[in-house]
Amino acid sequence: MTDFLQLLISGLATGAIYALAAIGFTLLWQTSQTINFAQGEFVMVPAFLALIAMRWFGVPFVASLVLAILASMLLLGVAFRYIIVGPLIRRGVLPLVISTIALSILLKESVKDFYSAEAQTFPTLLPDTLITVAGVSVSLAQLGVLAVALVTIVLLQWFLAGTRTGRQMQATAQNPTVARILGVPVERMILYTFLINAALAAMASLLVSPIYLAKFSNGETLGLIAFVAAIVGGFNQVRGAIAGGLLIGVLDNLAAAYVSTAYRQAIPLILLVLVILFRPQGLLGRKEERAV
Amino acid sequence: MSTSTSLLIGLLLLVLLALAPVDLNDFGVPYPGLRRYGTYILTLWLVTAIAAMGVNLIVGYAGQETLAQAAFVGIGAYLTAIVTKAGVPFGVAFAASGLLTFVIGIALGFPALRVQKHYLAFVTLAFTVLCWLVFRNEQWITGGVMGIRDIERPTFLGWPLRNHIRFYWFVLAITAIMTFVLWWIVRSPWGRAFTALRENPLRAESLGIDVRLYTLLTFALGSAYGGMAGSLYAPLVEFIDPSPFALGPSLLFMLMVVIGGSGTFLGPFVGAGIAVLLPEWLRAWETWYLLIYAVLVMVMMAFFPGGIVGLLSRLVARKARS
Repeated sequence: MTDFLQLLISGLATGAIYALAAIGFTLLWQTSQTINFAQGEFVMVPAFLALIAMRWFGVPFVASLVLAILASMLLLGVAFRYIIVGPLIRRGVLPLVISTIALSILLKESVKDFYSAEAQTFPTLLPDTLITVAGVSVSLAQLGVLAVALVTIVLLQWFLAGTRTGRQMQATAQNPTVARILGVPVERMILYTFLINAALAAMASLLVSPIYLAKFSNGETLGLIAFVAAIVGGFNQVRGAIAGGLLIGVLDNLAAAYVSTAYRQAIPLILLVLVILFRPQGLLGRKEERAV
Repeated sequence: MSTSTSLLIGLLLLVLLALAPVDLNDFGVPYPGLRRYGTYILTLWLVTAIAAMGVNLIVGYAGQETLAQAAFVGIGAYLTAIVTKAGVPFGVAFAASGLLTFVIGIALGFPALRVQKHYLAFVTLAFTVLCWLVFRNEQWITGGVMGIRDIERPTFLGWPLRNHIRFYWFVLAITAIMTFVLWWIVRSPWGRAFTALRENPLRAESLGIDVRLYTLLTFALGSAYGGMAGSLYAPLVEFIDPSPFALGPSLLFMLMVVIGGSGTFLGPFVGAGIAVLLPEWLRAWETWYLLIYAVLVMVMMAFFPGGIVGLLSRLVARKARS
């Protein structure tokens, strides 16, 4: 039982990180119909931005984390919005899908060629000391990850539901045409979504890299988990992405312990197939009415 | 172009390709013929083009996204390698590869296409990773990371295809047949239904075209092309391991079709040619190759989303007008 609780907590910690990546993915889809096949790489790159700041320019650790988040917002937010998505969005979904696939290859290869093909250790904010409560030992680092991720999610929910800008963003997501008629600056709202996505991906990156090391190929798994979390939870719901992320984190940890490490990666995929078979709108999703 | 001219051009191309590895000096033409490696690359191009034709059918004609073509190629390759090693004739293995991947295509596509347009992309993505895990982990049947070696090239009607030129001709003949079948399908009422779907789905549906059934069958057929390409790939390379069937190569299949020109008949051949030949030309900058390719794809998407064939036909049309 204590084993189970330990696995549950560490599962929630990684799950919260997955949720961050999945939320960004869902937001992009909602506001601009962008399926970002480079989402996994968006979670891989910021850790390397921090490593570059630390190792090449000698910036202190905490400052380089902040720099990494800001640089990600600029590169993976603003530049992504205007250089890649902007010219393609009017051409329909396929060119954009292809372009983000190419972008994922570009990011992966750039990190491999310009930084390193080896996995890099990444420092953690909190020490790895174990805390034992009632026989259950959890590391402080894990609790820290869980706390940071949850606070980010709560802040985001508050922003989306409680502020004027957040509600304008939701209006843009639900119906851009009506939002524009009502005077919502739709273009700016879409840019905000890209900024938020980049910031969430950067947070996820900085939280996950101390656990799984930073490596150029990490994006493949992370991206896949982000898609699966978004679909399992419900493609059109932010809270769906949160639930999906947490669920996959926990299942992943339990599967690694109780089923087999060789097929650990298969668990989210099987979950995806089950959801598509039995509850295609996602666990928390609403049915989307089709136009035809 | 009329039917007879396109058939004539196709036949001419076929003859030229068949002569590519032959030394023509004996016939008074100063052409030495491709060497062993050149012939191998040309055969690889044909095999890749078969799989790419399948992707083109799914992407260009049915408007779906498939990220599983390398997995289907892998299924065909492993099936062929395993059963021909057990003594089953190649013809049977080839047919079985096509049939199995067709059935898997139906099974994957049916639930995914019920839901939403892009779900097929995610389901095929998941399927590719799942297949790769099976290829890597199930050592008792796939050999795991060590792979399967010494896959024999088949014999065709008592004619051994061990020789690289003979095997090339064999693959060329199969490619020609499969190209013709696809060409015929695209021009049949079945194929016309697709054009209708692509141009105006609402009207197509109101005319009684069952959109989902058509899309599902196209996906299954395109996947079967992948399986059959895999069945030829195994005896071509004579050694298979999981790496060419991972997610990365599946994504590359999708890219090559769009680069060539999705929805155009020649697109897959052009795209496959670039995907197979570019790494050979850029051998000196091996590490940069994928980087350059990715940038190329992004630039193409921004300026010429019709791909190379689309761009060329636009240029030709402009010239014809002026």
